[in-house]
Amino acid sequence: MVLLCSGCGALTSPDLAPSGPVTLAERQLLFDAISIMMIVIIPVFIMAVLFTWRYRGTNRNARYTPNLAYHWPVEILVWGVPAAIIIWLGFHLWGNTHRLDPYKAIDPGVEPLQIEAVAQDWKWLFIYPEQNIAVVNELVFPTGRPLAIRITSDTVMNSFVIPALGGQIYAMAGMQTRLHLLADKPGRFMGRNVQYSGRGFADQQFNAIATTKENFDAWVAKVKASPDTLDAQTYEQLAKPSAKVPVTYYSGVEPNLFSTIIAKWRHGDPAPTTAAAKPAE
Amino acid sequence: MDIFGRLTLDSLPFYSAIAASGAAATVLGALSVMAVITYFGAWRLVLFDWVSSIDHKKIGIMYIMLALVMLMRGFIDAAMMRSQQAIAYNNDGYLPPGHFDQIFSSHGTIMIFFMAMPFLSGLINLITPQQIGSRDVAFPFMNSVSLWLTTAGAGLVLISLVIGKFSTAGWTGYPPYSGAEYNPGVGVDYWLWAVLISGVGSTMSGINFLVTIIKCRAPGMYLFRMPLFTWTVFVTSVLMIFAFPALTVACCMLALDRTLGMHFFTNAMGGNMMNYINLFWLWGHPEVYILVLPAFGVFSEVVAAFSQKRLFGYISLVLATMAIGLLSFTVWLHHFFTMGSSADVNSFFGIMTTIIAVPTGVKVFDWLLTMYRGRIIFKPSMLYTIGFLVTFVIGGLSGVLLAMPPVDYLMHNTTFLIAHFHNMIIPGVLFGYLAGYMFWFPKAFGFKLNEKWGAWSFWCWIIGFYLAFMPLYVLGLMGMPRRMEHYDIAAWQPHLIIAAIGAFIILLGIVCLIVQLAVSIRDRKQALDLTGDPWNGRSLEWATSSPPAPYNFAVLPQVESVDAFWNMKERGVAYERPDHYVEIVLPKNTFIGAFIGGAVFVFGFAMVWYIWWLVILCLAAIVLALIVRASDDQSNITMPASTVQAIEDERFAQLAKAPRNEMGDEPGFVGEPVPEVST
Amino acid sequence: MTSATMTDAPSISSEKYEEKAFGFWIYLMSDAIIFALLFATYVVMLGNTAGGPTGKELFSLERAAGETTLLLLSSTTFGFASVALAASERSRVLLWLVVTLALGAGFLFLEYREFSGMIAQGAGPDRSGFLSSFFTLVGTHGLHVSIGTLCILVMIGQVLVKGLTTPVVSRLARLGLFWHFLDIVWVAIFSVVYLPGLL
Repeated sequence: MVLLCSGCGALTSPDLAPSGPVTLAERQLLFDAISIMMIVIIPVFIMAVLFTWRYRGTNRNARYTPNLAYHWPVEILVWGVPAAIIIWLGFHLWGNTHRLDPYKAIDPGVEPLQIEAVAQDWKWLFIYPEQNIAVVNELVFPTGRPLAIRITSDTVMNSFVIPALGGQIYAMAGMQTRLHLLADKPGRFMGRNVQYSGRGFADQQFNAIATTKENFDAWVAKVKASPDTLDAQTYEQLAKPSAKVPVTYYSGVEPNLFSTIIAKWRHGDPAPTTAAAKPAE
Repeated sequence: MDIFGRLTLDSLPFYSAIAASGAAATVLGALSVMAVITYFGAWRLVLFDWVSSIDHKKIGIMYIMLALVMLMRGFIDAAMMRSQQAIAYNNDGYLPPGHFDQIFSSHGTIMIFFMAMPFLSGLINLITPQQIGSRDVAFPFMNSVSLWLTTAGAGLVLISLVIGKFSTAGWTGYPPYSGAEYNPGVGVDYWLWAVLISGVGSTMSGINFLVTIIKCRAPGMYLFRMPLFTWTVFVTSVLMIFAFPALTVACCMLALDRTLGMHFFTNAMGGNMMNYINLFWLWGHPEVYILVLPAFGVFSEVVAAFSQKRLFGYISLVLATMAIGLLSFTVWLHHFFTMGSSADVNSFFGIMTTIIAVPTGVKVFDWLLTMYRGRIIFKPSMLYTIGFLVTFVIGGLSGVLLAMPPVDYLMHNTTFLIAHFHNMIIPGVLFGYLAGYMFWFPKAFGFKLNEKWGAWSFWCWIIGFYLAFMPLYVLGLMGMPRRMEHYDIAAWQPHLIIAAIGAFIILLGIVCLIVQLAVSIRDRKQALDLTGDPWNGRSLEWATSSPPAPYNFAVLPQVESVDAFWNMKERGVAYERPDHYVEIVLPKNTFIGAFIGGAVFVFGFAMVWYIWWLVILCLAAIVLALIVRASDDQSNITMPASTVQAIEDERFAQLAKAPRNEMGDEPGFVGEPVPEVST
Repeated sequence: MTSATMTDAPSISSEKYEEKAFGFWIYLMSDAIIFALLFATYVVMLGNTAGGPTGKELFSLERAAGETTLLLLSSTTFGFASVALAASERSRVLLWLVVTLALGAGFLFLEYREFSGMIAQGAGPDRSGFLSSFFTLVGTHGLHVSIGTLCILVMIGQVLVKGLTTPVVSRLARLGLFWHFLDIVWVAIFSVVYLPGLL
């Protein structure tokens, strides 16, 4: 009963009412796996309840076989059925993990919107390298156009997620991770850091807004009209710890700022790359 | 050189009322324990019979006492978190800033390192030597050192409430947040030294238990005649020996980063935080199996005893235990699917993780099948077992879900994860240990625990568990991250309020446990275990008296089958009286283990506060103590045959007065086999 | 049980000594894992020099060879001590233990010089991730050798005071295991750290 009541609020949550194909696929996998596991879970519940009732010590009607310690058909079932389920699940797991790899571009035919995300204490900086603008705590993009997000951190480890659109990936200093997302309906989604990073962690969220192409262009123009630019000094000021930072627009960005932020931590050492981290096609 | 290192008066917790009350409670707690001992004039007893004891049974009891105290301390953290989150919608809650972060860190650290590890070490210490027909563990002195090292670690966590602050980096301590650049204060250092110190103790315990099981079994106790609890202890000790070194390495490197400015995990200068995460979880995953396997062992014992039936599928259960042990080293990456590994790597570890579900499922079915066609007696331990069977599988389900990387990408670091692992640890680990505690309490102390309060503790725990954690699954699906001090999504609050109510009901469960103990002590004369076999048991620990003699067995038993004691009862040789006794060699009590523990505690404290002269002094003291011990060739005493005879005669006299079978009044008790009484 | 009814045990059974030796092997296995993880970390961090010096610039083949010679020789001399132990020749045991001690101390001295030299030229463990992992791997081995050297000193004392009693023999056997184990680890260090670093 508790589950049902609390379920109501869950149904409209971003994870279960997704706005993008990635979360949709991730959710589907969740449901499929739950269904298949019921083959094992339901019998456990039934047996637990049934056996507790029927074989209670005071029930002399039930058969009592105190030395029944082995029965090979049952053993085969008990090893075999879960093993079969796991093998079946394994195929799903392999296929979906590859299909939903965060490093994999979503729709190779369409040119993605390039975003560079920098985790700072305790806010998110989004650089749009193609538009030469930068925004704090707001990510606006056109509905239906894939996002190719490169992520790094200028501080401790963070984890970037927009639950309605897709899963998370860590943001680490001196390294670049990648995430590909797509919103197929317009809307305003919650995005945030989910890796505890200190005092301002609880407020480290941003708005992710999917809108029409026209509105997006208008928004870009609005940002370009901002008096502030993100040069090296402004960046240094911004990077200082602060929480609950209001949305800020920067109409120009220091060239190669994202690469500079990463290189700053590397002192010329090669950046660690994941084994098969291919750039988006 | 500053004589106090970086310790100043500012380190005292007067900056907030809550911190000050926590400190006061800790200090008052310690003082009242000392006051009670003084009131009962029990210092001689405490020091010379307990602190200096290296008897595995006493060490086991002390471990469990530590675990129960730390359970309450860790629970207070949980209660504070639940109440904070229940009210902190669009406001900062009642906890001062940063306090919530210390609490979630100490909660996990305490529950894993200072509640669960001591609890399992205690049960293993108390029971395993008896189950294999041995007189003690292989290395009694090292056993004592392990106990006092664990206590030293717990002491560091407790004293962090009084002097300084605790870590805010979680129980996992990920760098670079836990590094010196982002957290230069003492908090992470307290955490590091507490974990390192108790980790060394656990490694030593693993070695001790492994050698004990391999080398100290009674004649006839072949490996495949050992009780399931012993098997799980065997695999657990292998895990302890192979996994804890990884934790030691990870934490030492972090300590070197923090204290000597090295660059293992720093952002700059060639550090790589991903190495910490790999090393930590290389330990961390086997650790959760270290926690749960002994609990599985307890369930095996309890379900057979209280279904009055042989354990179903012995070989399967043994093989499943071994499989779990082996597989536990192949899954660690599932703790960081989101760190950017390739799909191939993530898939491999995901598949290995789901594979571990198979042997675990086999165990659940085998336990259920033990109940099948048995005659179930609903002692509190059995209630905990049935509650476990039903509830644990939900956690298993959520685990299989999380094992799939795309699902994990959404659920990682949310309360779904919190709900999953509490769904494994509370019904799995804690219910198992509580069942074991109630099952073996009479063996340790000679009287039974009150069953009414035991049953009520179970109902409070299980109802409280569901109320406290099912909403967290839902919240995770709603996107709520873990470790949130406050939030601004209204839809989350009702679930958090329900969770807080659940925590309150768990508090009632803890109260029931305390009352159970108090009432049982008060009523002990009415609940004496006179035979040593209160539950018509199947394994050898039930052959000894309750409490056992220091040597456990006057004559080492000759084992002829699995369920060794049951087999002896069937053959009519359970209480055979030997015609003569021989002298028995026992280890002498020594204070050196406790001394080393104390010196290590001060060492840890000095490392935290950079009091270098004290560090050197403590290290010298520890080295000296070890050299003294290593030069001691008179560390045993002989108990003459006459003393053994006197103890055994008393035992047989008591057996003669005792009822044939202590479960005789139990409705549903089948009453077989009827043990003979030796004259 | 009062002490009046208990007497000091004259000796422990030989099973107990076998258990101690077995337990010590198990401990060595856990130590091997610590070293394995330190090696893995070293290899992973080889390139993390942060613009600072590399192994090629810092390591000296002569010194590494010297350290290797001293340590391997010390294992041999400990072996001679073990042979003398089996023959119960107390004075030869003492002789070879003292020689081993000297060789071990010599190794430690060379290592101390190596480390202090590197630190003096700004290549200490705080210079880069690579150097942190180098100092920790080689330093952990050095720490173990230091402890072993201290143990040899203690055992020399025990042999002098107690003679070759069963407990003393058992302890020497375990110390031998420890000493030879450290030798094996050094061979791995030489092969993984110094040789590839220099070649």
